[in-house]
Amino acid sequence: MSGHRSTRILAFTTCLLMFLSFFFGGCGKKEDEPVTPTKEPYKVGAVLSISGPNAPLGTPEQRAIRLFEKEINAKGGINGHPLEVIIEDDESDPAKASTAVTKLITQMNVLAVVGSSGTGTTLAMSPIVEREQVPLVSCAAGAQITNPINKWVFRTPPTDTMALQKVLEYLKNTVKVTKVAVLHDANAFGTGGADALQAQAPNYGIQVIARESYGSTDTDMTGQLTKIKQTAAQALVVWGTNPGPAVVAQNMKQLGITIPYVGSHGIANKKFIELAGSAADGVVFPAGRLLIPSSIPKNSAWRKAVDRFAAAYKKEYQLEIDTFAAHGYDAIAMVAEAIKKAGPDRAKIRDEIEKLKGFVGIDGVYNYSPTNHDGLTADDLIMIKIVNGKWTEEKS
Amino acid sequence: MVLIIVTLALKKSTGLQWILSGLTVGSIYALMAMGFSVIFSSTRVINFAQGEFSMLGGMLMYTFSNRAGIPALYSFILSVLIVTLIGAGFERLVIHPLKKPSVITIILITIGLSIFFRAAAKWIWGTDTLAIAPFSGDKPFKLLGATLVPQSLWIFGFTLLTVVLMFIFFNRTILGKGMRAAAENPEAATLVGVSPPATSLVAWTIAAALGASAGIIIAPIKFVSFDVGVMLGLKGFASAILGGLGYAPGAVVGGLSLGVLETIVAGVFPSGYKDAVAFLVLVIVLLLRPQGILGRQEKLE
Repeated sequence: MSGHRSTRILAFTTCLLMFLSFFFGGCGKKEDEPVTPTKEPYKVGAVLSISGPNAPLGTPEQRAIRLFEKEINAKGGINGHPLEVIIEDDESDPAKASTAVTKLITQMNVLAVVGSSGTGTTLAMSPIVEREQVPLVSCAAGAQITNPINKWVFRTPPTDTMALQKVLEYLKNTVKVTKVAVLHDANAFGTGGADALQAQAPNYGIQVIARESYGSTDTDMTGQLTKIKQTAAQALVVWGTNPGPAVVAQNMKQLGITIPYVGSHGIANKKFIELAGSAADGVVFPAGRLLIPSSIPKNSAWRKAVDRFAAAYKKEYQLEIDTFAAHGYDAIAMVAEAIKKAGPDRAKIRDEIEKLKGFVGIDGVYNYSPTNHDGLTADDLIMIKIVNGKWTEEKS
Repeated sequence: MVLIIVTLALKKSTGLQWILSGLTVGSIYALMAMGFSVIFSSTRVINFAQGEFSMLGGMLMYTFSNRAGIPALYSFILSVLIVTLIGAGFERLVIHPLKKPSVITIILITIGLSIFFRAAAKWIWGTDTLAIAPFSGDKPFKLLGATLVPQSLWIFGFTLLTVVLMFIFFNRTILGKGMRAAAENPEAATLVGVSPPATSLVAWTIAAALGASAGIIIAPIKFVSFDVGVMLGLKGFASAILGGLGYAPGAVVGGLSLGVLETIVAGVFPSGYKDAVAFLVLVIVLLLRPQGILGRQEKLE
């Protein structure tokens, strides 16, 4: 009896959930239908981390890609062919990313792939696109993605190495310190950043005299900070993504530690200010220039592209643009540009991406070559200081 | 304990900072551990959705106070009330209808429930980390040479209040004693007029209310996001085991020990080893005292 009842409840719940998912899944798809172009659609795949820990990256990327798809199809598509982007969610899981990219290539027959949002998921896809000979434009910043160069893999964001270079230049030239402490997230991003910092700091005459880490979900870093407080460190470099660095900022304020806090590009979002509150004031971090459009020369093609994108994004989603939206938008835009020149041929599309010179994106102006699959340079970044809860350009 | 004394002897002011910070973190674990204890001590079930009750509490608090602009006190009451209803409703609709369920079945159901809550929270609130304003400002103050934020006092106070109330409830009231009896021997308890189904409902209601309040009180320090319940649940469960499952003072001792231990380890050793050392100590304690630090030997059968 009771067994039946619970089975019924279960069955009912399952039905309800399935119904709901169809209902909401259906809603999202409708608006993507191309309007004007009539020829057979060009299919491009995208593997993004829409759920899981990297969801704050994958979600804006997805929005930007959908926006681009809508815009280009409203203008007649690519040479009369509508662009159809098939987006797969890898749940921030490398294993799922490799399954998704295989599905896109072998079953959906996509011309090129955009993604993924994270370094780990991109690295999982890298050997597969190489084997299948499909161009991939990643939205992730890990140095390993393009070093060594994989013939088929490109990327849009400034790399972690460029961000680090910017931070070290800032510490040397503006803050003028020689001894720093590093506090980093124990995950791949934080550890990789701290390793690179330790390796490169001597080139800038800077000594890393203390190195500590924390777990991504830790709530209290006073133990590590008390230890750092006793060293002679003149500045603290914090390498991680939210919410960890916000906790560090609060704990520093609590302990009365006043040495400069220099963060990574992982906190280049309004979320950090929201979480850290008044403790965010004075924090400096490297970020793309698009966050402060006035740092880009007026009337340049780049500035116009950023202003236009920001307006279109705001109109479509009622949201401000962020760096991740820019990474996604630039990735799909350069794939579309390459398809326009090469036609529906995977190898030729790859060649065209590699030949892109002076391609104006949102993150910067891209220049690729057979020996450079990064596109941007450290000059596309600026240092931003948080003053009274607002971003201001910190001249360095 | 030994570690604390050694640390204090070595470095007085930093040692104190570590211990006070550790006690704050530990109080959070203790609150979670008590949630596990309530349900365990009256039904012998481990509720793996305990962390999700806290997550829901924090999320609702954010919605009411930050989004809807309802005053903090009313938001608090409203959030706790909703989560309590969810907890009680879950017990009535899912666990109660099962006739003669095995403990394992219910535990598996609670795991399913936790996944459901996480997915639902992600769907409703998205994946962003959300912040709640501290109850009485964020101006740090000095205490015995160490600094603390005011929210820590709220956490200490709430933990203390909870453990006292729990102790009185389970040892001094008929209902509380009946609940413990129902867990130890359901048949015998029924004979003397205690109804195991009713005690189960009371236990889930208390656990949900406790979980939600804890989730709200810690949110200004810990932040809240859809997946915050996982780690809270894990650390709370570890604390409950460490202190002695099913015994409120044990949960507090377990939670505080784990919190202080973690902070000291993070300060003394390379901080990457923090979780590893904390769980290693847990394993050692359980090898020496399987019933936990304060736990009593089960006298069943």
